Amino acid sequence: MKISHGISALPKSPTGIKGFDEITFGGLPKGRPTLVSGGAGSGKTLFGMEFIIRGAVEYAEPGVFVSFEESEEDLVANFKSLGFDLVQLQADKKLYLDYVHIDRSEIEETGEFNLEGLFVRLGFAIDAISARRVVLDTLEALFSGFANQFILRSEIRRLFRWLKDRGVTAVITAERGSLEGGLTRHGLEEYVSDCVIALDHRVHDQLSTRRMRVVKYRGSTHGTNEYPFLLDEGGISVLPITSVGLDYAVTNERISTGIPRLDVMFGGKGFFRGSSILISGTAGTGKTSFASQFVYNTCKNGERCLYFAFEESSSQIVRNMRSLGMDLEPLIGKGLLRYESVRPTSFGLETHLAKMIQIITEFTPSAIVIDPISNMINVGSGYDVKIALMRLVDMLKSKLITSLFTSLLQAGRDIVDEHVGVSSLMDTWMLLREIESGGEANRIINIVKSRGMAHSNQLREFVMSDQGIEFVDVYTGPAGVLTGTARVVQEAREKTEWTRIQREIERKKRDLERKRLVTEARINELQARMDSDQEEIEKLIQEHQMNSQTASQVSTQMARMRMADTQE
Amino acid sequence: MQDMQHPNPDEQYNLRLYVAGQTAKSLQAFANLKKICEEHLQGRYRIEVIDLLENPHLAKGDQILAIPTLVRKLPEPLRKIIGDLSDTDRVLIGLDLRRKESAA
Repeated sequence: MKISHGISALPKSPTGIKGFDEITFGGLPKGRPTLVSGGAGSGKTLFGMEFIIRGAVEYAEPGVFVSFEESEEDLVANFKSLGFDLVQLQADKKLYLDYVHIDRSEIEETGEFNLEGLFVRLGFAIDAISARRVVLDTLEALFSGFANQFILRSEIRRLFRWLKDRGVTAVITAERGSLEGGLTRHGLEEYVSDCVIALDHRVHDQLSTRRMRVVKYRGSTHGTNEYPFLLDEGGISVLPITSVGLDYAVTNERISTGIPRLDVMFGGKGFFRGSSILISGTAGTGKTSFASQFVYNTCKNGERCLYFAFEESSSQIVRNMRSLGMDLEPLIGKGLLRYESVRPTSFGLETHLAKMIQIITEFTPSAIVIDPISNMINVGSGYDVKIALMRLVDMLKSKLITSLFTSLLQAGRDIVDEHVGVSSLMDTWMLLREIESGGEANRIINIVKSRGMAHSNQLREFVMSDQGIEFVDVYTGPAGVLTGTARVVQEAREKTEWTRIQREIERKKRDLERKRLVTEARINELQARMDSDQEEIEKLIQEHQMNSQTASQVSTQMARMRMADTQE
Repeated sequence: MQDMQHPNPDEQYNLRLYVAGQTAKSLQAFANLKKICEEHLQGRYRIEVIDLLENPHLAKGDQILAIPTLVRKLPEPLRKIIGDLSDTDRVLIGLDLRRKESAA
């Protein structure tokens, strides 16, 4: 027996349900029954119906839908609202609906029986349209229809074997068990060993989230996580975004920030395309304006942008940005810019994320903005948000979509504290702040980090005018970076100081000159005095010499005259 | 369960027995039914046997799942009795020919 490729060769039947075929690497096991369990309203019926309809329409596999709970009329009406025309599909022999009704009150059990009637009906239905797929929704209704559980269980076991023998790919739905660990109320998982899927509908903090998990899938690898999924006009969408991982390609291509002087701070070129950018700041520091400037510029270059506005309506943003000299309206008109305004608290986090990803996939933008992300953080617990964001960021990166997130900082809270977790997902992080000094608040920006590129570490002041966001020439002095009027004042102060020193120097120079002159005069005087002293001394010496000469002559004369002996 | 006073002795019974092939169980069921009818409904019953293997499309109409199933089409309301009809008492209750003792 050959083992090579045997594992991956398990034939699968694609469901056509968005995302589901990705987490199961191809769909449900072909020709085998799959159990789908879930509580009331968890989407079991829709899962089954979509499997049948997509099979019939997209994969040319006609299907039989046996309903134990809803009548054919109800099904037709319910799925019409989802855009599926069951009547037409039935007419085209692509779908066979069979409503199996069991009314316990009109049934009396007398002795042994079997469920051959059900088999006959199923077989008839399968043959009628050459069905390749079968859904039994919800088979467990049988348990309330028959008292003899022993017969029922053995018949259900026989049914699964029969389905396998017929080679149809089957979905059997079941109510989730009320006991902990019980997948189904009546233990149907005991009979279905190939593939089990659990659907879940949880409400947490008044927000509902639908999740799906592949509990087991014999002979196949599958994602084991709980995947959020959506039920909407298009049916079910599962979001296999956790499977993205970190192995996406990156690019060195740059995308402008929309503000030329901010580009300069990022090595002159702006952000990396496909990177994630966080702009955080306290209220009123211009986060939305920065985001809009980026979007405005990107759209002007003919690229599509998607803007998730969680706090303001699109018309409000458009109006506000007009005051900054940006006219976003025509860009919306051209289909380059799309706003999605929704209160984050109207859905659960996963649903939110799922909806966002659905829109992103549909609109295929080259950049998205989430303004602000902090509102999403309010929806979930810290860990949930991080996981959700990670998935979103991974998904965006894999598609090279540049993502810009804004985040509201609580004044007085530690920045690092508040952004723990979130900032690590971001490639670039800019911080907007208001600095209060001299009775005014001025806005400054600095780049906290920007992975993989040289960037300025300079704090910069910016002002918002009808020309948009403008960066002001930076003033750095001995007292640090100054902003606003303090900068102007400081500049003036510096100027006076300069003049004063200049004057001081002049004055000192003059002083020195004067001192020099005085000194010179005194030197001259002293010199003169010294000269005169010298003269005097010389005169004295001369006189003395003359005197002593004379004296010697006199003495010699006297001696001669006295005839005194001389000592000579 | 309604407390039926006296079943109308003139009422016509239209009965339909669903089977799947000539199995021992279906033959048994038919024999049991025939016996009960002869005893309790002599002259005012009609039995129609439907073999679903031959007419599978008929299963849908009477919502047949279990085999054998006896359907009392008349008198109304519609009643179903499943199994091989070996428990005569239960069959009689199912056909409203005898009051359910527990209902008293």
